[in-house]
Amino acid sequence: MRTGLKPVLRTAVAVVGASALIALAGCTTDPTVEPGGGEGGGEDSSEEWFDQELYDRQFEERDVVPDGPEDKPYLQMISPEMGDTSEFESDGGKKMCFANASISNPWRQTGWITMNEQLKDLKKNGVITEMETRDAQDNDDTQIADIDYFISEGDCDGFIISPNSTSAITPAVERACKTDKPVIVFDRGVETDCAVTFIHPIGGFAWGIDTSQFLIDNLDAGDKVVALRILPGVDVLEQRWAAADKLFGEADIDVVDYFTEGDPAEIKKVVSDELAKGDVQGVWMDAGDGAVSAVEAFEDAGKDYPVMTGEDELSFLRKWKETEMTALAPVYTNFQWRTPLLAAEMIFNGEEVPTEWVLPQSPITAEDLDEYLDRNEGMPDGHYAKFGGEDLSGFPEVWQDRVIP
Amino acid sequence: MLRRLDTTALVYIALIIVLIIGAILVSTTGRNLFSPGNIRDILTGMSVLGFVAIGQTLVILGASLDLSVPYVMSLASLTAAQTMDGRDGMVIPAVLLTVAITALIGLANGLFVTVLGVHGFVATLGVGLMLKGYLDTNYQGTEGEVPWSFQLFGASGIGPIPISTIVMLGLAAVVAFILVRTTFGHHLFAAGGNAEVARLSGVRERLPIIGAHIGSSVCAGFAGLLLASRLGVGSPTVGSQGTYDLLSIAAVVLGGTVLMGGRGSIWGTIGGVAIFAVLDNLMSVMQFNPFLKDVVRGLVIIVAVALYARRRIIARRIRFAQAPQGPNIVAVARPDADGKPGQDSTVTEEGSRA
Amino acid sequence: MTSATGHPQSVRAQSAPSRSGQSRLGVGDRMTEWGRRALDPKGIVVVLLIVILLAIIVLNPSFAEPGSLMRFIQRVAPIAIVAIGQYFVIVSGEFDLSMGAVVTAQVMTVGHLVGVDESKTVPVLFVLVGIGILVGLINGLATTLLRVPSFIVTLGTMLVIHGAIMWWTGGVATSNPAENFRQIGRGGFENIPLIDSIPYAVLVLAAVILLAVWLSRRPFGRTLTAIGDNSAAATFAGSRVWWTKTSAFVLSSLSATVAGVLLVGFAGVHPSVGQGYEFTAITAVVLGGVVLGGGRGTVLGALTGAFTLEALFTLLNFTAVPATMRDAIQGAIIIAAVAYSGVVFARRRKRSRTSTSTNSATTSADPTTTSAESAPSTPSTGGDGAVRQ
Repeated sequence: MRTGLKPVLRTAVAVVGASALIALAGCTTDPTVEPGGGEGGGEDSSEEWFDQELYDRQFEERDVVPDGPEDKPYLQMISPEMGDTSEFESDGGKKMCFANASISNPWRQTGWITMNEQLKDLKKNGVITEMETRDAQDNDDTQIADIDYFISEGDCDGFIISPNSTSAITPAVERACKTDKPVIVFDRGVETDCAVTFIHPIGGFAWGIDTSQFLIDNLDAGDKVVALRILPGVDVLEQRWAAADKLFGEADIDVVDYFTEGDPAEIKKVVSDELAKGDVQGVWMDAGDGAVSAVEAFEDAGKDYPVMTGEDELSFLRKWKETEMTALAPVYTNFQWRTPLLAAEMIFNGEEVPTEWVLPQSPITAEDLDEYLDRNEGMPDGHYAKFGGEDLSGFPEVWQDRVIP
Repeated sequence: MLRRLDTTALVYIALIIVLIIGAILVSTTGRNLFSPGNIRDILTGMSVLGFVAIGQTLVILGASLDLSVPYVMSLASLTAAQTMDGRDGMVIPAVLLTVAITALIGLANGLFVTVLGVHGFVATLGVGLMLKGYLDTNYQGTEGEVPWSFQLFGASGIGPIPISTIVMLGLAAVVAFILVRTTFGHHLFAAGGNAEVARLSGVRERLPIIGAHIGSSVCAGFAGLLLASRLGVGSPTVGSQGTYDLLSIAAVVLGGTVLMGGRGSIWGTIGGVAIFAVLDNLMSVMQFNPFLKDVVRGLVIIVAVALYARRRIIARRIRFAQAPQGPNIVAVARPDADGKPGQDSTVTEEGSRA
Repeated sequence: MTSATGHPQSVRAQSAPSRSGQSRLGVGDRMTEWGRRALDPKGIVVVLLIVILLAIIVLNPSFAEPGSLMRFIQRVAPIAIVAIGQYFVIVSGEFDLSMGAVVTAQVMTVGHLVGVDESKTVPVLFVLVGIGILVGLINGLATTLLRVPSFIVTLGTMLVIHGAIMWWTGGVATSNPAENFRQIGRGGFENIPLIDSIPYAVLVLAAVILLAVWLSRRPFGRTLTAIGDNSAAATFAGSRVWWTKTSAFVLSSLSATVAGVLLVGFAGVHPSVGQGYEFTAITAVVLGGVVLGGGRGTVLGALTGAFTLEALFTLLNFTAVPATMRDAIQGAIIIAAVAYSGVVFARRRKRSRTSTSTNSATTSADPTTTSAESAPSTPSTGGDGAVRQ
């Protein structure tokens, strides 16, 4: 290495030295990068996920009848404050750039399929003609780079961003806003309101309220609930738990929580151990795609079925139907994946869109169960009942075969 | 022809081939692989993995491993962001504190490996799990705030070249210098190549291994600092998001460093990191299905390392009917692990066996 | 820097004479003997397992009932089988990081292919075995013939297999398979006197253990250990290193396949089944006194390691330890276990060095010993016989 490295080393040292000088002489910050106005919004702590104000708002939004066409839930909006978009009105086909957090779980995969089918249909209108996607594979750093790439190389007419995490992606979203092209954020939020619209269902607190309230209504004080959580530190999931934990505490429900990473084997072990300790009357989940193994743990232990909240994932709905247990399927609205492209079309047409587009998020109850099972006949277990793509041209084969672009 | 080239040169030839294929493929989409924005994307992709891989090279040269890096990175990003807490004046104390904490973690790794005799795989896996437990218990999400002055580290650049990449290459130069020109470096090569021979020739083989582990953790700490700078906050999951543990090991081996220690180079590693970065950039521009990206990464790792290994077999001019197939990343140095310092280009492999 | 842990040769060499004379020993001597064995690096895992099981029983007496114990074994079966498969690879001096991905791939394949049609169960089982053998061959041949370190080969195949299966299935299960397929991992013989029921998984585990122990005592197993101990020596002795190692990789993938079949029943079809199994398996194997780098360790050690690890998780479920601290405890325990055996072993090595000069245990810390030098340490192992063949 000695002889081989020397020139390389010398060059490297020279390069570093020279660049340090340049940097000192006039630090050329990338022109697109500037101090953001947001600066983390000044909220310094996420020590506690519970946020009374947001909780109260979501509590109310659960009962609001949304505006918008009744047969198109993906265009409905709850208490919208419309924003003017006339500055973006223009003719011609537009190219959208989509910075996706990942497609690493069934919920995101289902949404991604729906989004692509929506794109195919929109192309016929001639407004949105192209979408370029970069997938960050669950990595904040990659997503920041993806957004920067789009800004400099993407030749984008507008941005759609599904942030991987809230605070970390905020500066990159602000940079995208500085291009003066419309930015649409959906699913998780960011700490800036520079986006033209932020599309999301009511939220994690509403999920926590719906589910814990259902368990509380069907259980007695002192009953035991096992809470199965995926991962710590993910805001949408932590908010669900924050609300549920608060309400369980107030109702005097004995609750114990576990992290399972969504692995059904882990879920089954945890529930089995809890059943070995004593009876369990309820099961609460912050995401329902491992729910069946929790139910099976009760079957294998020879215990009565619990009162349970899962998710609108079909494996859970089918198991619910089969066992006729007392259950609720909360929904983290999957059809929100359609809305961003539709919003983009509206924006380029100069139509008003809500600055915060809150989509309905109503759980599937025992009364709706049959209807949703019928509608999703033939879909795979990992499909989400409220995917909302029934009127798209690829329905139902694309979802049945799960064609992921 | 292959025979006469040293592995590092081969890595860069591979990189050039990837670049050529990449340039052709990218041009079919109407883009340019070498446009400023794209170069910036590639180099940004190199920075974080580069820092980690430099450290990983040190431990691998010492015939150990470091699987704790993702959690060290997360902890570093939180330490930095919380200490800075948005104040410009706290940048330097925060950086120093981060370096100190990561150095302590590295020291712990190194002591477990040398004094307690725990295999590097197990020791760093265990330390990583302990750090993960600490992070999960004490942090529920992103914390702290990085002041604008420090965000510039991750956000600014000279033309298309990010400052962070320049710093990373600077660090690589320093580490390469240490490896080639200092006693520590020579002893690390010796200890990694063959601990017993090293001991017999008067090298205290524990010290370089401990030093390599400290170096690895501190490098992971730098990567964490860079991530804090780019994210603007500290995050308890930012290290594990990128599976930097396995990717950095793959990059080091892709760069021609031998997994069982004693042979390799920092510049090879940088080449390996660059190959990954170009490949990632290429697949993103081509809008590959994310699942297929993993398939391609896996295939490239196997095929590339098989090519190096092939060359090594030819170069070795086998003395025995069948060259011994040793344990792979065992701390056990094999008799044929050619462990003389800095011999990569000066001594051919066959010579060192004699 | 070395991994001087459990060392069966020396253990066996030292305990063999005392065992033969055991009948003449007094109770006190026997107690000392037991105590010494319990503090032995291999014994300490057994002690740890017993302590953990007792702690679980104290916290929850019903755990000691036969039915509960059977369910516990049923639960450990997949990870124990994976650990046994990993044992063969590790003892030969290699790693198999692709196991978790193979488990996931097999589980998802079942979900995709079997459907509600019970008659497809058997054909699909053959497909799974085929996939298992194929993956093992690729891992093994790339490691031995292409000379790519197994850590890198199996890291690569892990990425390839996982990516490919997710791409093929679209990331989710079509459905759980027909009930008869799931019964393998979920059902059992009911109404057995005394123990209530025997899950099929327990029988599968028993069969795997028997097969593995048998294999490890056959020339194949001995050669494998000899290769891990000193592949040069094994080569000189004429064993076909490449084929023996490749067989170990095939065994490893097949064990992941069996675990996958059991998990389909136990947990159901889901893309996160099998996630992280490679690290759990390696942790279990190491906890059981098998040395990374090869040459030392037993099937039963790996098995004990798996049971200890799973019992530890169960204990944590029974206590009020915060869920987030589980990883930290696991990390501390594996370091402590390996460090303990390393320290004990180092002490014994010192002692044996001073007492006997020729037959000193060659540790992995003395790798420079050529095949000739290390030969004196091997007579007590089975490996030597195989080497001479």
